[in-house]
Amino acid sequence: MKHRALRLAAVGVAAVLTTFGVAVGNAVAKDKMVIAVPTFLTGGGAPAFGIPARNGTELIIQAINKGQVPAPYNTKGIAGAQVEAIIYDESGGGAKQVTEYRNKVQKLGVDMFAGFVSSGTCAAVTAVAEELKTLTLYSTCGTPRVFEELDKNPKYVFRTMSHATADGVSLAHYVASKYGSANGYTGINQNYAWGQDSWRDFDLAMKVLAPKIKGSTKGQWPKIFAGRYGAEISALLKSPEDLVHTSFWGGDLEAFIFQGLARGLFKKKQFLMSVAGTAAYRLGKKLPTGIVLGSRGPYGIYANQLIDTPMVKWFNNAYVNRYGTQPTQPSYQYAQAILGAKFAYEKAAAANGGKWPSTDQVIAALEGATFQGVATEVRMARSHGHQGVTDHAWGVASFDKELGLPVVSDVMHFKGDCIMPPDGIDSVTWLKGGMKGAKCD
Amino acid sequence: MVQLLFTILTDGLIYGSYLFIVAVGMTVIFGVQRVLNVTHGSFYAFGAYLAAYLGGIWYDHELPDFGGFVIIFLAAIVVGVFFGILIERGLLKHLYGKDEHIVVLATFAAFLALEGVGLFIWGTDPYFFYQPQAMLGYVEMLGMPYDYYNLSLIVLALIISLSIWYFLSRTIWGRLLRAVIFDREISQAMGVNVTAVFLGTFILGTTLGALSGAAIAPTISVLPGIGVEVIVLAFAVVVIGGMGSIPGALIGSILVGVVRAAAVHEFPQAEMFVIYAIMAIVLVFRPEGLFAPPAVRKI
Repeated sequence: MKHRALRLAAVGVAAVLTTFGVAVGNAVAKDKMVIAVPTFLTGGGAPAFGIPARNGTELIIQAINKGQVPAPYNTKGIAGAQVEAIIYDESGGGAKQVTEYRNKVQKLGVDMFAGFVSSGTCAAVTAVAEELKTLTLYSTCGTPRVFEELDKNPKYVFRTMSHATADGVSLAHYVASKYGSANGYTGINQNYAWGQDSWRDFDLAMKVLAPKIKGSTKGQWPKIFAGRYGAEISALLKSPEDLVHTSFWGGDLEAFIFQGLARGLFKKKQFLMSVAGTAAYRLGKKLPTGIVLGSRGPYGIYANQLIDTPMVKWFNNAYVNRYGTQPTQPSYQYAQAILGAKFAYEKAAAANGGKWPSTDQVIAALEGATFQGVATEVRMARSHGHQGVTDHAWGVASFDKELGLPVVSDVMHFKGDCIMPPDGIDSVTWLKGGMKGAKCD
Repeated sequence: MVQLLFTILTDGLIYGSYLFIVAVGMTVIFGVQRVLNVTHGSFYAFGAYLAAYLGGIWYDHELPDFGGFVIIFLAAIVVGVFFGILIERGLLKHLYGKDEHIVVLATFAAFLALEGVGLFIWGTDPYFFYQPQAMLGYVEMLGMPYDYYNLSLIVLALIISLSIWYFLSRTIWGRLLRAVIFDREISQAMGVNVTAVFLGTFILGTTLGALSGAAIAPTISVLPGIGVEVIVLAFAVVVIGGMGSIPGALIGSILVGVVRAAAVHEFPQAEMFVIYAIMAIVLVFRPEGLFAPPAVRKI
């Protein structure tokens, strides 16, 4: 009778714990783990970021479950557990995403999160992730503010790629090297956090790396999703500067290109497009020849064309076979975050004698570690081991008629330690202080 | 200085024409039916999507370039007639006489539903229809290149405004419409078929909304959410010009276009601010808008 009561109590407690998503313990292996994957499935961010990100996630998770990913990830599942992804829509703004985050943790009991495209979403959910003690790997969002202002001593939040400062600094290096005789630069950026931060970092880095090339104070700031850029194009054509910086993405980038092409803009100005890689394959022949094209790292077009590792070859072939198009930067970045999770859980499980690790053990395994992403090595070397440092690449775009694809040439690669602020200093202070401590050899 | 003024004026006229083409359908519907039609954004989006979709097929088959221009008008008519009948007969006819707020909420609900329908039909991939813009090339005016396609929007806006003026003031149907605008009940008592006038007006408004989307499609990437941005701008123009006033929409569009262009050239950070600043100033000093028709007060 006593044993029966104990058994009933144990079953009851286990049921409650399971229902509310509380980890039952780490004494045994786990059959299934659930990763929540937010990305834009609707709205203007879906075609450029959300859908390629979703595709990359589906592809890598299915391959992980079947043990088809090349070494060092060629074991089935994550620490033996099959992975289920709950891919959900990141649209709707910060408040909605905080609610979504809570729901996924408190109602669905997900093990962790991997993803997030928007800097705004990352800024909104960082505090909630720490509050709910849920492992969260940011794959893509760029704002340096996450660990510089919002969460200076993170425990549960990681980012598995360099932040946006690396884009501006590496681009300034490229411009200083390739366009040293330019008479100046201006810009057209969307008037919100991403556009403003991108311009600020590029502008500050140019002041350090190419002080003779002067920046304009009359850059253009259209609203995000404005769609019509006639007056802005006139202003750019009228401006005396040779170079134009833009961090436009998605539909805004494509509309700007169509409207600029119709007026000969790209023949008159040298454009520096920090995320044009997201649109390169969709635009195809309409991608303006000669623009400096970025993919926020050696992802997308750079990996597809220039990286010859078994991992990239496999990822590219599998993606093209499955989706009929080339993978772009979000595909690589989301897959990179998932691989970061596999690396951390398996390292922690190994240290735990092969048993399923606790969240704290996974965090300890990932903090300060180095793991191989799809296209580049990721060193968790900033912000107490929570901020990734990854390499970057820039080149000039053109369309290869024989391949039937856009390609890049005149490519320069930049090491993460050359373009990311050293640990313990925020981006703006570092840039304004002359980028001391950058290791560019 | 002359070049700067010319550029600001030209940019302003092009943008103003775009705003007018977008807002005129909404203005026509409000002027006659007193319906602030939020689904206007959906008609814009569907017009753009259908034009881009048909245009894609057309150019994939390497058919003659000019066909793209036919497709623009064809898409506008198909979308306008279909959704005009669907929304007016299926939704609005049940709401005439109800509180205006309820009508706005109902059209907003329909707008959200149509966003979902659009996603279901077209998916999340962007559609490109750049050929009509690209094929026309550009011309240099005072040293500034302008593409013929965007310049043609000024002509289109003029044709639309003149056609509506002619229709309202020179045709029997226009006179009937004005009678209904002035007093719906007396018009009905005099034998005017108000139901037919309402349906015809709504189809005209939806076709103009769809035409704006189809005409803009060659200059943009057609993707989910394009209708949302447009509805806000259209609403701003309608408020500035005066709810339901066609001349008001025209003058309001040009005013907003030129002031915005001046901001882009001289104070780029204030670009969006100026549109809503104009709206706020107009609302403070003339709450009914610049050219609102005189309101009849029934006692």
